[in-house]
Formats: sequence, C-alpha cells, structure tokens
Amino acid sequence: MRDEFVATTTGLLDEDPRTALVLADISASLFTDAAARHPERVHNVGIREQLMVGVAGGLALTGLRPIVHSYATFTVDRVYEQLKLDLDHQDAGAVVVSVGASYDGSQYGYTHFSPGDVALLDTLTGWTVHVPGHPGEVPPLLRAAAARDDRTYVRLSTQRNDVAHPGEGLQVIHRGSAAAPVVVAVGPALHEVLPAVDGIDVTVAYTHTPRPFDVAGLRALLGEPAVVVLVEPYLAGTSSRVIADALAHVPHRLLALGVGRIDLHRYGTPGDHTRWHGLDAAGLRRSLTGFLATAPVNATVCRPEDGAPAPGRGSTAPRRRRAT
Amino acid sequence: MVVAMTATFHDRADLAQVTPLLRRLTGAEKHEPSAYSTLDVIWVLYDRVLRVDPSRPTDPDRDRFLLSKGHGPHAYYAVLATKGYFPVSWLDDLAGPRSPLGHHPDRTLVPGVEIASGSLGHGLGLGVGIALGLRIQRRFDPRVYVLLGDGELDEGSNHEAIAYAAVAGLDTLTAVVIDNRTATHGWPGGIASRFMIAGWTAATVDGRDHDSVEQALRANEPGRPHAVVAEVEGTH
Repeated sequence: MRDEFVATTTGLLDEDPRTALVLADISASLFTDAAARHPERVHNVGIREQLMVGVAGGLALTGLRPIVHSYATFTVDRVYEQLKLDLDHQDAGAVVVSVGASYDGSQYGYTHFSPGDVALLDTLTGWTVHVPGHPGEVPPLLRAAAARDDRTYVRLSTQRNDVAHPGEGLQVIHRGSAAAPVVVAVGPALHEVLPAVDGIDVTVAYTHTPRPFDVAGLRALLGEPAVVVLVEPYLAGTSSRVIADALAHVPHRLLALGVGRIDLHRYGTPGDHTRWHGLDAAGLRRSLTGFLATAPVNATVCRPEDGAPAPGRGSTAPRRRRAT
Repeated sequence: MVVAMTATFHDRADLAQVTPLLRRLTGAEKHEPSAYSTLDVIWVLYDRVLRVDPSRPTDPDRDRFLLSKGHGPHAYYAVLATKGYFPVSWLDDLAGPRSPLGHHPDRTLVPGVEIASGSLGHGLGLGVGIALGLRIQRRFDPRVYVLLGDGELDEGSNHEAIAYAAVAGLDTLTAVVIDNRTATHGWPGGIASRFMIAGWTAATVDGRDHDSVEQALRANEPGRPHAVVAEVEGTH
C-alpha cells in the first residue's frame, strides 16, 4: 500500500498545484523524484513530527492541501495535540497518511505500534478515516481526499485482503439469511474474517471507511434481533460507540473484536500478533461461535433489567450453524 | 492589494487610545498599559509595520500576525478593536457565553485573528507552514510575524520550528519573543542565541521603546528568518 501511496501522491503533486507533502524523514527516500520536481511543495522537516503537523496546518491556512505522512504512532499518537489544535481547532484540513498500523512493525516492538490511532482520532472533530484493505483501494481514496478540504486519515498497512473492494459504504461480501448476524470487517481484517465464518450463517459486510461509519447501510442489513460482530484491525471496540448510537432504539447484541488493550512486550511477525490478539481465522471463529452460542439470538442483553440471558433460552440456531 | 497602515493614516490612532479599551476589557481601573508585556510590541506591529487592512482581513496578500502566546490577549484585542477589526462593544463581555473574545483567541470567531492559540508552542510551527504556503503560491510580499513568550520557548515544538525555518531559508518569517523573564529556568546565554545558532538573524531590544522595536522588526535580511527579542517587565 505504501507503493500506491507514493505513486499516487507523486502524481497528485504533478497534477494539482494545491497539494503539498510534508514528511518527517519516514518514507522520504521514496519521494526523491517528487521532491526534485517540486522542491517548494515537498518538505521533509526531519525527525520533527510536531512541526510536520504544524506546517500542515499553516499550509492549509493559506489554501493549500497538505498531505502529511509518517508511522502511525508518530503521526497520530505522538502529535495528538497538533492534530487537535493545529488542524481541528484552526478549522484547517489535511490528509494524514500513516504506515505501520497496529503492529506491522512487529519486529520493532511496541514503540512502533499504534493500535489506538483511530480511537484517538475519534476524540476529535469530523475526521474521515480510511482503512484500505487492499493496495487497489488506496489510489481512489487518496485522490478523493486530496480533492476535499476536510481532515482525512488514511491508515495503510502491510496486512491486506486478496481482492480490492473499492466501493463506498458497507459493501456486502457475503449475504447470509435474513436473520443472520452481520459481521462487519474493517480494512485488512476481512482477510481472516472470510475463513473464520466459513459455513456459518452470517452476512459479511466490508468497509474501508469506518468514519463516517455507514450506519444506514448497517441498519439495512440487520435482522431481528440485530446481531453485529465488529472486526477491526485496531483497538477492539473503537467503533462500538458508533454502532451503539446507530442502534440506540433497536434491541441488539454487539461483539467488538480487535486489537487488545495490552502491551504484550513481544516481537515476532504481524501474523503472530494477529493470532495473539485472537484476530486470526481460528481466533475469530472461536469468538464468533462462542458469542452466538452462549447467548440466544433473541436475547435482549442490551436491556440491563432483563439480567443475564438464560442459557438455552430462545433459538438453537447458533448451535446448528456451528457445524463446520 | 493590501493598503498599508501608513503613519499618515494612523497617526491619529495613538497608543493612548488603547488604554481605555484595555480598562473596558478587563474592568480593572488600576491596570496601566505597562502591565501588559505584549502591548507595545503589538501596537508597533499594527500601527507601523504590518501591511494589513481591517476591512479586508482575509486578503491573501496581507501580512500575518500570529499570537502564539495566547495567554493574556487583552492587549491584542484592545489593539484590534482600536484598529477597527471588530466593534469596541465586543470588549465588554470578555469570555462571556456569547462573546467571540475569550481568554485565548479563536480565529474562527474574531476577524483579523490568524490562529487560535492558548496551548503554548503551536504558533511558530503554524507560522512556518503559513510562510511556506505563501512562498509556494509565489506570494513573496506578505510577512509572517509570530509572537511568543520566553516561557513559551520551553516547549520543544518551538525548537523544531526554529531549526527548520532556517534550513528552509524562510526570510518572510519573523519571530518576536516577549522576554518578561517568566521561563522557570531562564535562558542562559540569551534567547537570541537560540535563533542565531540555527541560522536566524536576531536583535534584542527594549520592548517598551517603540522606535527600537520598529527598527528591530525591520532588520530582517534576505535568505534568513529573523527574531526580535523584546525585553519587558510586566506579567500579562
């Protein structure tokens, strides 16, 4: 995905005089050609991420469209206040593009992880968040973002799906029965979701754009009672608030899966971390079947006065669906 | 096209006009202008230096003044009101529920306010971005002035901006540091040296001497950003 980002951004710099790129050393060597062609609009400020975002805010205040880029943890976690004040509070826009995602840099350790980036941006105002699941989704998302004036975050990853799904909103990848639970996979999480649900009656919906979340699309897919399983490649539960708000007046059950709130103090591969956080196909299947089996489909667990759902009450459908 | 605030046009507006506005703003009869560390510098900027037109606060070719040190913006508001950026009546309800004027300024609420500030250490980075943005758009005339405090310089983000502004040769950028000795650990070796060692030109002046301040503000050189350290007493 980083290759597509570099190629598309280089193209945008060639085509659109409004665009400017601000780097903080990360990926700078990949933009050598672009910097040579557009020395005024490509700025590598050095290892100075606060300045990177401040400069972006200033550029935007003069009417330009800044694109800033670094590792996720350095372009979100480290500069949270710059995003909040130099962009949001100034009513200035920018396209913030990260690499590294939750644990792509697994061998570098936790200092290079950012499972909380999307959750941090959720504390801010009006951000569009793209989490592409395939390199083919990156160019159109970037181009559209460059043409806007809003604040957009593009979270690139080395994790990827087999097929690009460049459509908008919640895209149905697999349609289950009318009453089937809906599994929402965000970005590259889809790769493990598909084998995880094999043989289970669920609808699988995909999005590369969790903000704004396509709540209308989700409502349209839900059966009665509404059962939602979120699978996000960043902090577990990041979108729970959005789903809860969208379904505030609908009895529903929600299982939110994602990266755990724990520093494992481990290296290994990204695949190892996916497994450790239960986001591999086997782990997801375990969580999904457990969720569907232990609470009946028609339980109303979102009504606290009902107390804990009684085992065995209601439909036995989940058990039947667990066959494979 | 910016109409410069020339001396002939604004001689009538004397700093003495600001004093009653400051009192109106704060409701404090005893606060003399000298209580405001930034007042003289901001006055000299708006009265003698900035090429700005209050009737066209978004003119792309205007000079920019960024109050990075957003604390105690009373002098700033009083000067802006004196120059006609907004009605003087706005001064009567500072930080009220419907007031556009708060204890830290908000660019989305006040005409002429270039950045929203208050959290220290954000203005100079934004100023670097604005100066770069103007250069990219081949607007070489407008200058960008960023006002900081000596205590604010403690924030490391300033030093990221100081280093890069010099490397980028941002000669339309001027940092004005109001030095009222509020930095807890001081600046051994002087504030100006922090800029000069990075490649800026710098001048240190009496921040109450209007002619000296003006002269220092105009002492920028091609190819290098410029810093003016204005030494003052005062607590706001």
